[in-house]
Amino acid sequence: MLAFLARRVFIAIPTVILISLFVFSLQHLLPGDPILVMAGEERDPEVIAALREKYRLNDPIPVQYLAWAGNALQGDLGISLRTQQPVLELIAEKLPVTIQLAVMALAIAILIGIPAGVLSAYKKGTWIDWVANITALSGLSVPNFWLGIMLILLVSVKLGWLPASGYMPLSEDPLQSIRTMLMPAFVLGTAIAATLMRHTRSAMLSVLKSDYVRTARAKGLRESVVLIKHALRNALVPVVTVITLLFGELLAGAVLTEQIFTIPGFGKLVVDAVFNRDYAVVQAIVLCTGIAFILMNILADAAYRVLNPRMSEQ
Amino acid sequence: MRILKTLGLAALLATTSGLVHAQDLRIGLQEDPDVLDPDQSRTFVGRIVYASLCDKLVDITPDLEIIPMLATGWEWNADGTELTMTLREGVTFHDGEPFNAQAVAANIDRSQNFELSRRKSEVKSIESTEVIDDYTIKFNLSAPDATLIAQFADRSGMMLSPKATGEAGEAFGLNPVCAGPFKFKERIQQDRIVLEKFAEYYRADEINFDSVTFLPIPDTTVRLANLRAGDLHMLERLAATDMASAEADDGLMVEKATSLGYQGITINVANGPRAENPLGQNAAVRKALSLAIDRNALNQVVFEGAFATGNQPYSPTSPWYNADFPVPERDVEAAKALLAEAGFADGLTIEVQVANNPVQTQVMQVIQSMAGEAGITIELAAKEFATLLADQSAGEYTASQIGWSGRVDPDGNIHQFMTTGGGINDSKYSDPEMDRFLNEARLSTDPAVRKESYNAAIAKQQEDMPIVYLYHPVWLWALDSAVDGFTPYPDGMIRLHGVSVTE
Repeated sequence: MLAFLARRVFIAIPTVILISLFVFSLQHLLPGDPILVMAGEERDPEVIAALREKYRLNDPIPVQYLAWAGNALQGDLGISLRTQQPVLELIAEKLPVTIQLAVMALAIAILIGIPAGVLSAYKKGTWIDWVANITALSGLSVPNFWLGIMLILLVSVKLGWLPASGYMPLSEDPLQSIRTMLMPAFVLGTAIAATLMRHTRSAMLSVLKSDYVRTARAKGLRESVVLIKHALRNALVPVVTVITLLFGELLAGAVLTEQIFTIPGFGKLVVDAVFNRDYAVVQAIVLCTGIAFILMNILADAAYRVLNPRMSEQ
Repeated sequence: MRILKTLGLAALLATTSGLVHAQDLRIGLQEDPDVLDPDQSRTFVGRIVYASLCDKLVDITPDLEIIPMLATGWEWNADGTELTMTLREGVTFHDGEPFNAQAVAANIDRSQNFELSRRKSEVKSIESTEVIDDYTIKFNLSAPDATLIAQFADRSGMMLSPKATGEAGEAFGLNPVCAGPFKFKERIQQDRIVLEKFAEYYRADEINFDSVTFLPIPDTTVRLANLRAGDLHMLERLAATDMASAEADDGLMVEKATSLGYQGITINVANGPRAENPLGQNAAVRKALSLAIDRNALNQVVFEGAFATGNQPYSPTSPWYNADFPVPERDVEAAKALLAEAGFADGLTIEVQVANNPVQTQVMQVIQSMAGEAGITIELAAKEFATLLADQSAGEYTASQIGWSGRVDPDGNIHQFMTTGGGINDSKYSDPEMDRFLNEARLSTDPAVRKESYNAAIAKQQEDMPIVYLYHPVWLWALDSAVDGFTPYPDGMIRLHGVSVTE
């Protein structure tokens, strides 16, 4: 297993380099000039010249890339052009927020999606299946921003149960932290639950038809044991793939949801950074997101081997 | 006697119990401010934070009169080249350093010479500073500059602790140290900025909060929902479309002030080859465009009538507005006649670039339909703001819908846009008479003399029209009705002196 993990990490290195090159070139292809935005409304030519010099934007792009990559290798991702804050510090500030939101959203999605998927496969064609399908479809179709605003108006303004928006670090006040994240996690979670439910359902349907499930039933095992221990465990392999991909996506930041609930996570940071052409921040976040996706994929591969030991032998 | 005492105490309690010092005042902002260093920063919301953090040499009244703040008085010499200021005694910065003439000199030096300073052009006229004594400072100017005092009512006049700027350098904004009513406590980017009361503040008795928290909440609906849910005490920039519902809410109040800024259409008249078109080359076509626009209808449709219509760099309520040129009524026939006179009886097509946000796009769509009726077909080029700005600056445009946040001194709304070689003259408009009017207006410190120059400049502007002014935004604040003592200012700032929350 260790050798497998080491091999996968080693293969990931060129991918990371490619991502960083791609992002670097891409954002320099964007129209618009970061210095014009940064120089302020007056756009004083003297200020513009000083800023260009300061941030080395007069250098050719390959030189800028090499300088950036050299610093990044030493753990220095630069500073935000907009706030002067070191980018690494910014990421350290945002990452726990985004991870918390992602974990809570995924937990909600798994709690809803997998049982619903199992149930609707088991009761295929009955009213339960229909209700689960329709609920899943609405979960997917309702736009996050709309659901978010409706929840704020209902739960916060009308009922006063939860804070309308904002964020409280988990370390400062765990209960309040979970309260502030509950609505955004729910909004994100319901959409993901629908995807999970559909995948679980189809995986369960094919597994439930297989010979070993029939054998298990013939042995006289309890139906719950057949369903959960025999069928679900095997049906989970494709579902795990979906979960890891979804988790990777969540880590990239849920732009709209973060914007509506004013959650200071990656999504909001990257959108603001793009609009302000805050190159160092965009570069660092895309890189981190890329690495997160790669890690998720490696973890998924490792999870398959745990769920289905036959895969290790291949 | 004891009964009397008890009664007296009860009466005292009764009168004061309504006034409870709220621990923390929570203010919703539309954006997250940029770096919190007055020399480096450029955002409007940043200035709102500074109003509680950094006192300035002078301040303004709601009527735009300049009043003392850290400077207690000032005097010009006869030819307007020397400004002598007396300073408030007994003021300390948040780090305990004393505020004095040396500190002012150090601040001006930083605004002028710090590599990343955005204030250079604002204090350019200061040739040298002279410390007369601990509480008197003299500014020697290279030429008379009537605009300087007004610059001191904004970021150039904010006094930072010289010790802190010296130690922190360009990282000063991560932990700003000023001399305002509140000192910096913490900032989590895109989440909150927390300031706490500065006990040694020289006007501490006017400050009724232990701390103030600024929360950037970009979505206007959500910002208002937070106020309604009681999570905020006030918010800035209420959407004009939400004004009626906020006013109808018993728990809320709405305050307004016409801003110092404007929105308009800047026209490329000589900025590269893209100026070679009927709109750029012919003032009659520009006037026709202006006449085709029903500014009242525009205000009603997009802003529910909450904003102020305009046709000059100053709003009609400003003392600098030239009343000889009132906001024109829409006149399609006159617009058509002007076009015919200019040789475009069959109409013409122009491209206007606009920032791709819903409000500005809607503004241009309304104008597009109005101009169409007069024979001017407008093609809209929606661009993301950074791109729009770069294209405008480079002359890659025919006309551009853009605005200006406004300045206290009248010079700030017109000089750089209309003078030859002006820093933000993206039209590249150039006229010797206009240059003369606007340069002369800088020389005198007598408002009556300046007003004459600005009147002449506005008359010239109406004739040549390199910018078609459309409207002046109105700052809208929504407040919890428990908030007391808030005064709206045309600069859009939130000044907390005398503001309190009654429970």
